[in-house]
Amino acid sequence: MSAPGLIASAWLIARKDLAIEFRTRSAFLSALVLSLLAIVIFYFAWDPTAVGAGDLAPGVLWVTFTFSGLLGLHRSFGVEAQDGAMDALLIAPVPRQAIFVGKALANLAFVLGVQGVALPAMVLFYDVGVGAAWPALIGVMVLAAIGLVAVGTLFAGLTANTRLAELLLPVLALPFFVPIVMPAAQATAKLLAGRPLAESFAWLRILLAFDLVFAYACMLVFPATLDD
Amino acid sequence: MAPRVEALHLVRVFGGRRAVDGVSCSLRAGECLALFGPNGAGKTTTLRLLAGLLSPTSGEARVAGVRLPAPEARHHIGLISHRAMLYEALTGRENVAFTARLYGLPDPDGATDRALRALRIAERADVPVRQLSRGMQQRVAIARAIVHGPDVLLADEPYTGLDEQGASALTALLRERREAGAAIVVVTHHLHEGLALATHAAIMQGGRFVRHEPAQGLDPLAYADTYRALVA
Amino acid sequence: MTDLSPTPSASRRIDPVALLALAVVALAYGRAIWFTPPEATQGFAQKILYVHAPAAWVAFLAFGVTALAGAFWLFLKDQRLDRLAESSAEVGVIFTTAVLVTGPLWGKPVWGTWWTWDARLTLTLFLWFIYVGYLVLRGVIPGREQRARYAAVVGILGALLIPFIHLSVYLFRTLHPLPVVARPEGPAMPAVMVTTFFFAFFAFTLLYVAFVRARMALAVERDALDDAAVGG
Repeated sequence: MSAPGLIASAWLIARKDLAIEFRTRSAFLSALVLSLLAIVIFYFAWDPTAVGAGDLAPGVLWVTFTFSGLLGLHRSFGVEAQDGAMDALLIAPVPRQAIFVGKALANLAFVLGVQGVALPAMVLFYDVGVGAAWPALIGVMVLAAIGLVAVGTLFAGLTANTRLAELLLPVLALPFFVPIVMPAAQATAKLLAGRPLAESFAWLRILLAFDLVFAYACMLVFPATLDD
Repeated sequence: MAPRVEALHLVRVFGGRRAVDGVSCSLRAGECLALFGPNGAGKTTTLRLLAGLLSPTSGEARVAGVRLPAPEARHHIGLISHRAMLYEALTGRENVAFTARLYGLPDPDGATDRALRALRIAERADVPVRQLSRGMQQRVAIARAIVHGPDVLLADEPYTGLDEQGASALTALLRERREAGAAIVVVTHHLHEGLALATHAAIMQGGRFVRHEPAQGLDPLAYADTYRALVA
Repeated sequence: MTDLSPTPSASRRIDPVALLALAVVALAYGRAIWFTPPEATQGFAQKILYVHAPAAWVAFLAFGVTALAGAFWLFLKDQRLDRLAESSAEVGVIFTTAVLVTGPLWGKPVWGTWWTWDARLTLTLFLWFIYVGYLVLRGVIPGREQRARYAAVVGILGALLIPFIHLSVYLFRTLHPLPVVARPEGPAMPAVMVTTFFFAFFAFTLLYVAFVRARMALAVERDALDDAAVGG
């Protein structure tokens, strides 16, 4: 008998996390409702005669996703801390990084799930004509979600064992979301304005580089966030 | 043949405090060490060092001749704690099967079934753990700990929350494991249960073994006096 | 009661480096105020450059040191490295605050507005956020080893983040140019200004070293006090 490798064990952990989330659904529903609420409330925060709803849409979208994403991330290590389950994971003969990759995969599914509902809702509420930009827009979403989840998962693990975890997570993680939210919102604005994708390449390059650097770096330093 | 479990001058310092201060011991197949001591004596820290959950400040812990925390060493260990270490939204069966898959067992569902039966919990295994009583949860936790057939069992206050029936099932299970060749370390406050099972007994105080001897022929009542004299 | 601290008066003794730093700072500002001519278009307000720019340099230096000390700590686990990281971050936040205060003070007369989303000023603001978060994190973790480990992770990732923020902010600025009339630094400074400028850099660097030394001495005493409290 031999223990599964990094990818196989990460997959097991991700499936387990999603099974728990599916069973309770509380975090997903809260994050989803929060997103929809934010989209609705933001609409009334501006004078519609001065600023068109379509001009607001990219900013609203990304601020909303960032905060609802944080809500889901916080839950990620809560299920392990609750009854000491983390010890059972740590003692299993799987690489420590598999825990990070597994949690990150589950969180990615979570964030993409929320975005998958909130994005069409926003298009509907703000009467945005997306048209041919759908595939590119979804590409931006996925790129941004990867970076968000990589950094967020690491900090969720880091703060899970501290006092003030639910306050500390946003304080630590939000500065790291700047190079995600800014490019994603700018690229979204260009796409929604009907500009060709090529005009957003500079922004997409930052997103892609961020994903690569931080997904790898966070996986590398994750074991240092585990207590030994 | 290398001992199943081996501690060589284990020291663990927490911010200036020596929680474990030079513990050495070794257990062969079929041996069981019962570890007694007051709160804060370093029993749990010792057990966590032996499980590879903590890394020692100095010294080393080995399982089946391999230095922890190597995965090949962790493969041999089953950990039972006073915390259930379960996901309460999942059923008992799902919890145990998850562990079985994490250890790469060839037939995870079969192994899960056998472990649940051994703890006589199979018929309650398909409800979420949240709905089980504390004692039932502890049985699921033990099934989870043994599902991969570990030959080193580390138990930290395993009797916590168990009713009489559960406690005797646990004692029987540990004895059966020991006779099948497992090495066992059990941390407990209960001298009688501990000594009934043990081949060796040790008392910890201030991070050290202040007494360490074969358990055979130890009279629990006399040993209780010894314990009180040492610890007081 | 025993002697709590191995170096009882470490933080009360006057550090020669601190004296030197203060002397050099005094010389640098004497030179900047009385012996360097005011800049032609900005007038006397430009003098703030001699605080603003060296403070910004020290801010980045301090956080670089924090990140490096943290990275080395992960491998060497030497407490002195963690004290260096902690001290450097704290001193760095002070200097970053100085940058953020002098920036608007300078901006008002020159740009006509207190705050502007200038790329460098924005980057400094985020730097401040990252390291205030770093210090808040340190503040909530009681365990010395755990605190050092977590801080090292945030320090390293923070250093990795800075180029990305810089890149984003810079791209944002090039796509949405500010209606700025005058740039803060002219392309060519007269030689006398350049000399004063570097003199100020040197002075601030010395000041940084002196502050970090004082802060590290404090950390040594605090750790000794903690040890005495748990070990006594």
